[in-house]
Amino acid sequence: MELHSSGENAMILYLGNETSPEIAARVQLAAAAIEAALGADLVDLVPSYASILIIYDAMNTDHLSVGHRVRAALANLPVATGTEGRDVVLPAYYAPEAGADLEAVAERAGLTIEEVIALHAQREYRVYAIGFAPGFAYLGQVDKRIASPRLSTPRLKVPRGAVAIADRQTAVYPAVSPGGWNLIGRCPTRMFDPAAEPTMPVVVGDRVRFEPVSRARFLALGGELS
Amino acid sequence: MSLEVVQPGILSLLQDAGRYGQHRIGLTNGGPLDPHAFAYCNRLLGNDSNSTAIEISFGGSQFRAGVDTYICVTGATMALRINGVEQPLWTVHRVAAGDDISLDFADSGCRAYLGVADGFTVEPSFGSTATVVRESIGGLNGSKLHAGDVLPCARVASRRRCYLHPSNQPRYQDRVTVRVIPGYQQAHFSRLQQRRFFSHAYTVSERCDRMGYRLEGPAIRCDLDGILSEGICFGAIQIPADGQPIVLLNDRQTIGGYPKIGSALSLDAARLAQLRPGSTVNFAPISPHGAHNALHMAHSLALRQPLLEHHP
Repeated sequence: MELHSSGENAMILYLGNETSPEIAARVQLAAAAIEAALGADLVDLVPSYASILIIYDAMNTDHLSVGHRVRAALANLPVATGTEGRDVVLPAYYAPEAGADLEAVAERAGLTIEEVIALHAQREYRVYAIGFAPGFAYLGQVDKRIASPRLSTPRLKVPRGAVAIADRQTAVYPAVSPGGWNLIGRCPTRMFDPAAEPTMPVVVGDRVRFEPVSRARFLALGGELS
Repeated sequence: MSLEVVQPGILSLLQDAGRYGQHRIGLTNGGPLDPHAFAYCNRLLGNDSNSTAIEISFGGSQFRAGVDTYICVTGATMALRINGVEQPLWTVHRVAAGDDISLDFADSGCRAYLGVADGFTVEPSFGSTATVVRESIGGLNGSKLHAGDVLPCARVASRRRCYLHPSNQPRYQDRVTVRVIPGYQQAHFSRLQQRRFFSHAYTVSERCDRMGYRLEGPAIRCDLDGILSEGICFGAIQIPADGQPIVLLNDRQTIGGYPKIGSALSLDAARLAQLRPGSTVNFAPISPHGAHNALHMAHSLALRQPLLEHHP
């Protein structure tokens, strides 16, 4: 574990240097402990793959006090059991009409489309980080056989709900945006809805599974094919 | 009861002090690029410090008062005219319904703040009215101001006509020294690379906006190619593969995977954001203690700065 100053009102805590479910679980436990330890002095917290950025109110406290309180909170951190986070199921309609790169991913992998779908849907993913855009959750890790490099030319417009793969990560696009990930399907669940409470169906540390659904079921759940 | 946008200019955005506590769903801060000028705009008007004002980048804007109220413009020197008559900046002015308010292009600096008494009354999103165009959040429908937009504000019959003495107004130059707090991956930049970074002048490139200021100068090399994506604090100085530093500002992404050599002190980042392409930036190291003291000194100085008052 390492804790450093990173700015005038920020410290960063490193809990490892690789992507793993164990580290993700520790990140989640540590984030909760830091939140409790800093109370109103905490302005924001950015949990990520193996680190937590801690932003504090520099008018009320300083890096020495924050460092002291964070270290004390982490000394009593419970051991991660692997069952941290909630189970979240996201429906996915996998088909070439819903995922423009599904055939290309299958071809590169030397698999059938059905095998790609099975490999993507059989795994449990961790929410490793949220960022890039509002509600964009990085899920990992996909089976090595279907890991796919980013497109050399990103699309200008990826539809909302697109289920996509980049390297060993997967995600559901929360809004229409440019993007270079490989599109393999479509999810009817809104990943970011400002009007909903909570705004997102997942938080960092949750465990996510994709459930293949038919075209009819996808549309019935509010999905759109455009 | 409102102020109407006749001509927004190059980029005009509604901003309050910023959106905080929402990084976990991927929302950035937004808020004024020059918090010093923004704070004075509200302070002179007697507003709450988080009141919503317009951030005008580069100038060339025109508005029409739809109500009797008071306005104030602070920040970059853009000639202010009310019904064609030039009026001083950093000063509260009375305007009547129908009055024409215009701002020329900036002579020095590039961000100005136009505030009204009691601020613009727009609905906050995620606790703030700050406009972040990339996220389509805040302001009016998450977008920059357009001609014909109507910005609601109250009718205000009387207000102290405060101003800041010219000797206390900042002078925006085309050269800024940015103090840098060590942090993040600084240990992965060799002593030679750090010396290069801190001893050479960098130039503000054309790619400078609310997300960050990309600079050009001697390339800096890091021992690391990339890192696991991690949280990016305000002011973080990212060094991508081409070695050209990017100082990340209000609308930055909340996480990223490029190495960072440290973070700019916010007081200096505010001056940086007043620079235009071609301006010069130097970096100087400052310890976390030094940064903390500098922040508190600036804060208490700002509170002690007296406001003067015009009497009719």
